[in-house]
Amino acid sequence: MPDLPATQSTSSSRTAEMSLRLPARLESIDQIIDFITVAAQQAGLDEQGIYAVQLATDEACANVIEHAYVDMEPGEIVCSCAVVAGALTVTIRDFGRAFDPECIPDPDLEACLDDRPVGGLGLYFMRSVMDEVQVISAPGQGNVVILVKRGTQHGRGV
Amino acid sequence: MELTVKEYKHCDVIKVNGRINTQTAPELKAALEALMENGRYKFVLDLSEVEFISTAGLRVLMSAQKTCKQLSRGEVVLAGVPERVHEALDLAGFVSLFKIEETILDAVGNF
Repeated sequence: MPDLPATQSTSSSRTAEMSLRLPARLESIDQIIDFITVAAQQAGLDEQGIYAVQLATDEACANVIEHAYVDMEPGEIVCSCAVVAGALTVTIRDFGRAFDPECIPDPDLEACLDDRPVGGLGLYFMRSVMDEVQVISAPGQGNVVILVKRGTQHGRGV
Repeated sequence: MELTVKEYKHCDVIKVNGRINTQTAPELKAALEALMENGRYKFVLDLSEVEFISTAGLRVLMSAQKTCKQLSRGEVVLAGVPERVHEALDLAGFVSLFKIEETILDAVGNF
């Protein structure tokens, strides 16, 4: 794993928080995934849990790169991980265009090929594989996506 | 992610190794589009060495399937699908939209 410009602080013996700030570009994704993978391992998640966190983080970063900063100068992604015994909280923050998750319809998984849109699965995937997904958006302030994965088998695995 | 394309008379077999994520999916998309621009629409995607697929990768599969199936000129058949990739296909509701074969030979036999 490459050296990461991460900062680490320990607020108690049970909690460790680390954050990573990178340009919102495709090239940053591998570094972010390495970062959250180490955090997921530290949280003691099993392979399925680690995979779920990787998947949800990839989706959250894709939303930032492809939507939040679209038609504007790409800004930054801030990825923070909080490890509390047996659970990992990943927070993905951007400073781009706010989006309202309520405006994103659930995908129609039964539709035939012609009626399927090519996209629209990201938020659904995040919600399916994580135990908690929270989106906080405010015009002019960007978006915060909070992803929680617990060590026990709660979310659906992929 | 690494791609290997083998062109046969009736179809092309594209073997994907590694992770198909938001960062790497554009490379797979470009490879498929280059083949389609040359009039190739019958694809076997060998996913046996794929460790990870996100919705960015699923979008590439969906887009290629739509283009290939237009005018019944071809399709994308998946082969050697690992369990986690299959779970992602299932979660996305893609299992009914693609033929999924156990081996490359079975997949090639569709064309």
